[in-house]
Amino acid sequence: MNAILELFSYDFFQKAFLAAVFASISCGIIGAYIVSRRIVFISGGITHASFGGIGLAFFLGFNPLLGAVLFAVLSALGIQFFTKVAEIREDSSIAIWWSLGMALGIIFVFLTPGYTPNLMSYLFGNILTVTNSELWWMFMLNLVIVVFFAVFLRKILYIAFDEEFARTAGLPVALFNYLIIVLIALTVVLNIRVVGIILILSLLTIPQATANLFTNDFKRLLVYSSVFAFVGTIAGLFISYFLNIPSGAAIIFTLVVIFGILRLVKSFV
Amino acid sequence: MDPLIKIENLTVAYDKVPVLENVDLEIRENDFLGVIGPNGGGKTTLLKAILGLKKPESGKIHFSKEMSGRKKPIGYLPQVRHIDRKFPITVFDVVLSGGIMQNRQNAKSVAKDKAEALLEEMGVAGIRNKAIGELSGGQMQRVFLCRALLSDPKLLILDEPDTFVDNRFEGELYEKLEKLNEELAILLVSHDVGTITSCVKSIACVNKYLHYHPSNVISQEQLANYNCPIQIISHGEIPHTVLKHHHH
Repeated sequence: MNAILELFSYDFFQKAFLAAVFASISCGIIGAYIVSRRIVFISGGITHASFGGIGLAFFLGFNPLLGAVLFAVLSALGIQFFTKVAEIREDSSIAIWWSLGMALGIIFVFLTPGYTPNLMSYLFGNILTVTNSELWWMFMLNLVIVVFFAVFLRKILYIAFDEEFARTAGLPVALFNYLIIVLIALTVVLNIRVVGIILILSLLTIPQATANLFTNDFKRLLVYSSVFAFVGTIAGLFISYFLNIPSGAAIIFTLVVIFGILRLVKSFV
Repeated sequence: MDPLIKIENLTVAYDKVPVLENVDLEIRENDFLGVIGPNGGGKTTLLKAILGLKKPESGKIHFSKEMSGRKKPIGYLPQVRHIDRKFPITVFDVVLSGGIMQNRQNAKSVAKDKAEALLEEMGVAGIRNKAIGELSGGQMQRVFLCRALLSDPKLLILDEPDTFVDNRFEGELYEKLEKLNEELAILLVSHDVGTITSCVKSIACVNKYLHYHPSNVISQEQLANYNCPIQIISHGEIPHTVLKHHHH
């Protein structure tokens, strides 16, 4: 217990704790939406495509997160465009953007002269090195997401459940879909530092699967997902620190273990 | 009295291939129109054009004064097979979604009371907190009917409400619809020609073209005269049902 309290006196750990809180809320809510709407694969595509932006930013020397946002939004629109206008099957167009982004990232990083030390932390995340400005961005994103979902909860729910009916009811379906895809892109990018590009799908799906064991109500799913994400992230953070293993992987492993235990418990109760 | 909806020379196409061509149709107050036709014949497309979900290639759909506005007073029951049954939503929320755009004062509490009353009326009040995926086919159709009715529509559009339901519920459903028809117009799409002809007042055969029959019986002469597409497409089986029903 003392060791844990002592940890909180470190500046890096306080930041990591805040990052865990922000990641849990944003990923909990956005992930619940993604899972409910069955757009997990699209979100995976957006996430991986953002690596292209990180590579470009390294190459041209600007903020990697800015590059990631650019590519995330671009790929989100690109997937839509490929599917609707170019008439490529949706799962194929997702895979194309997914791999194109990764490929561009690798090319740009390769072309960048010198050593790129932070690359691994973008791929696999390192919550222990989150900076103040990243925390501010995460805080703002959380604020936007919480307010947006609190104000428009019913509309978001009805559109997600039955888009056609929502259109006949006069809801601005297209506008909501675009706003939410932008929120998804921002969530993915700003949480890359916590668990990394390759692992971020976990925060968007595992806590939601756990939450789904206990409720079928959309509103509760948003809240429970955030709570389970928080418990898993914090527990994973401690495990990572005390066992001295990478934080992203430790967090995901913990999330899965929590799900597994609760799933088993549920089938016996 | 103007018709609620007047469709003139409507052509709807997917990828330039027309699914509906030169369709004329009027829907008046207290109409109970059954829409029949083969799969892929354009029944659902017709509904989607009326609902504004599919833009027509050409032609016009006029709405009467009481039917115009951003939120048209149309209640819609879509095909349940397109519903994601694993979606985390409760029955009560599904019903409430039928009244989302009503901006009256205390719209929320009014909608809640109305939703309660509708669930009670349809005999599904006991399942209001269940998830949508836990329902049987009949319960699901009832819930979607509640949702369609929540906004006090003047026209009710139902797309195959008889899928996934047992015979007993089907009977109840058609009874309920006949009762509702005293106050609103109904447009009902169905595969089940036999049952449909027993409760509707008029019939539209849709197979790319639309043939309107102003009564609920289609005689052999009519089939021949109107060159009813059903006869051409389905070699006897469906017209058979129609005719058989006619004799009873």
